[in-house]
Amino acid sequence: MIRIEKLHKSYPIGKGSLHVLKGLDLHIKEGEFVAIMGSSGSGKSTLLNIVGLLDGHDTGKYYLNGQLIENLDEKKAAILRNKFLGFVFQSFNLINYKSALENVALPLYYQGVGRKERQRIALQYLDKVGLKDRAEHLPSELSGGEKQRVAIARALVTNPKVVLADEPTGALDSATTHSVMELLKEINREGMTVFVITHEEDVAAETDRIVRLKDGVIISDEKVNKKVNA
Amino acid sequence: MIKFLFDPDTWQEIYSSIRKNKVRTGITIIGVMWGIFLLVVLLGAAKGIENNFNRLFGDFATNSVFVWAQQTSKPFKGFQEGKGITLKMSDLENIRNEIKGLEFVVPRHQTQALTVNKFKTGTFGIFGDYPVFDKVQKRNLVYGRFINHNDIAEKKKVCVIEEEIYKQLFDKDEFPIGQYIKINDINYNVIGMYKEGQIGSGGPQGNIHIPFTTFQQVYNRGDSVGWMMITGKPGFDITQIEADVKLLLKTLHKVHPEDDRAFGSFNLGDIFKKVTEFLLGMQFLTWFVGIATLIAGVFAIGNILLITVKERTKEIGIRRALGAKPWEIKRQIILESVFLTSIAGALGIISGGVVLMIIDATLGQGEERFLTNPTVDIPVIIIAAITLVVLGTLIGLIPAHTAVSIRPIEALREE
Repeated sequence: MIRIEKLHKSYPIGKGSLHVLKGLDLHIKEGEFVAIMGSSGSGKSTLLNIVGLLDGHDTGKYYLNGQLIENLDEKKAAILRNKFLGFVFQSFNLINYKSALENVALPLYYQGVGRKERQRIALQYLDKVGLKDRAEHLPSELSGGEKQRVAIARALVTNPKVVLADEPTGALDSATTHSVMELLKEINREGMTVFVITHEEDVAAETDRIVRLKDGVIISDEKVNKKVNA
Repeated sequence: MIKFLFDPDTWQEIYSSIRKNKVRTGITIIGVMWGIFLLVVLLGAAKGIENNFNRLFGDFATNSVFVWAQQTSKPFKGFQEGKGITLKMSDLENIRNEIKGLEFVVPRHQTQALTVNKFKTGTFGIFGDYPVFDKVQKRNLVYGRFINHNDIAEKKKVCVIEEEIYKQLFDKDEFPIGQYIKINDINYNVIGMYKEGQIGSGGPQGNIHIPFTTFQQVYNRGDSVGWMMITGKPGFDITQIEADVKLLLKTLHKVHPEDDRAFGSFNLGDIFKKVTEFLLGMQFLTWFVGIATLIAGVFAIGNILLITVKERTKEIGIRRALGAKPWEIKRQIILESVFLTSIAGALGIISGGVVLMIIDATLGQGEERFLTNPTVDIPVIIIAAITLVVLGTLIGLIPAHTAVSIRPIEALREE
């Protein structure tokens, strides 16, 4: 699903440049639940931005769904994002003057889906995250956990190939963190590839595979030994 | 694009964006509105003044010059200075033959006389005229006819009176045509009554026109001419004609060529040209002020959109992460700009129209009014509206470009 080969990325800083990603190789198969871990400055956000087509890379190869990503202009990137990727952000990033339902329906708007159809699908996904009764509420009327659920519903509404979550629990307390992770797990069980960036060990522990980044290189890549729940 | 324009979501977006900045949006709209309002009102007022001018001068052939004889101021060919000159019918013949580009040469006589109808009297200007006078200075006849060739040939005692004179000499419901009035104790049959425009050529109470030949006979003027009106054909310079006529008259009457006082003249064309130039200048000024104000208003809209875009950087970033193409973001902002300018423009045009109506109802009424029918041409409005939309689009491009030039990743980072 996601294949990265010898990926390099550096940012210009003053006269010099900061080499952030130093030749990453990573292969994520369809249906995997992967956590990228690392302290701040390790390059994990940069990796997510590149994977999320929000930023370009310098050298190396990136295949998304078997498609080589190169020379993307903004328009093509937008189409690919809309088609293949769903985003979940730390700060939720809901549009504050739109209701939960409208927020969820927004990606469909950019796909050109009609209004009625859009609302029907959006309501379906809100129901999936257990917030059907909150459809008409504005983000300001929702709790943090509810906001993140709305954001997850929004990420799922286009039926993407990959859900990219950037510190999805960073702004949540431990109880809601757990419920959000349960939701992501459930989505993964239904076959969705989920790609989580986090610096919390217990969040990473809920995933199937942990990739650790440090100073722009992968220092470990291991399967999580599933505790078999009784 | 059509689908985009009729999509309720599009308008909902614009509505919510405007609702977020009510005061600022309002003030900005007033900016553009003021511009087009000024343009409409000033253009309308200028048009009104022009219309009024045309109303006042409309009855005159505007490329005309009046020429009369005075006294010489230089000795010439044995004559002392101070020689009195009298124009003759033969002068007119010579002018017609010698000078090119003339349309009419109209001889006139004038005097003032006591006019009596039964017990009512008044002193009015009496003019001796040829039928052609009606062509140079249109008489708007209410009843009857103007002097004709028969009247001239037979030196008939007939007269054409102005409406004001009718009011003074006749009872209210009396029909003037066919009645007799006495001018200097001679009875004249009233054959016509006309309505004078704003600018009369005689006394303030209007004029009485009698046949030129009758005038010559009654007032013992022989072959003389009091003064003449000369009109030029279109395309001929009336100032040149004026100079040529005067030079010819000087030759005919043995007057020193550089004697400027021997013949007097009044060039209506010159005056008319000056007023026309003034009106043109006024219109130019109006356009300049109006358009400059408009541009200022449109820039204000660009400014507010730019601020809005800055405030919505994050939202735009979110939308782009969700798959909004740059063009989709751009067109939204441009549409917002066009929408605001159009609303403002429409309001400006409407309020300008209302003010013009008020001006028309108050200042544009009555005989003494200084403007007539202040209006703005529909094409002008259409051009102004199109200009607004085009400017709105262009100015919307700036914030739109800003919106998409920020990379979504940076926009998302903004807190």
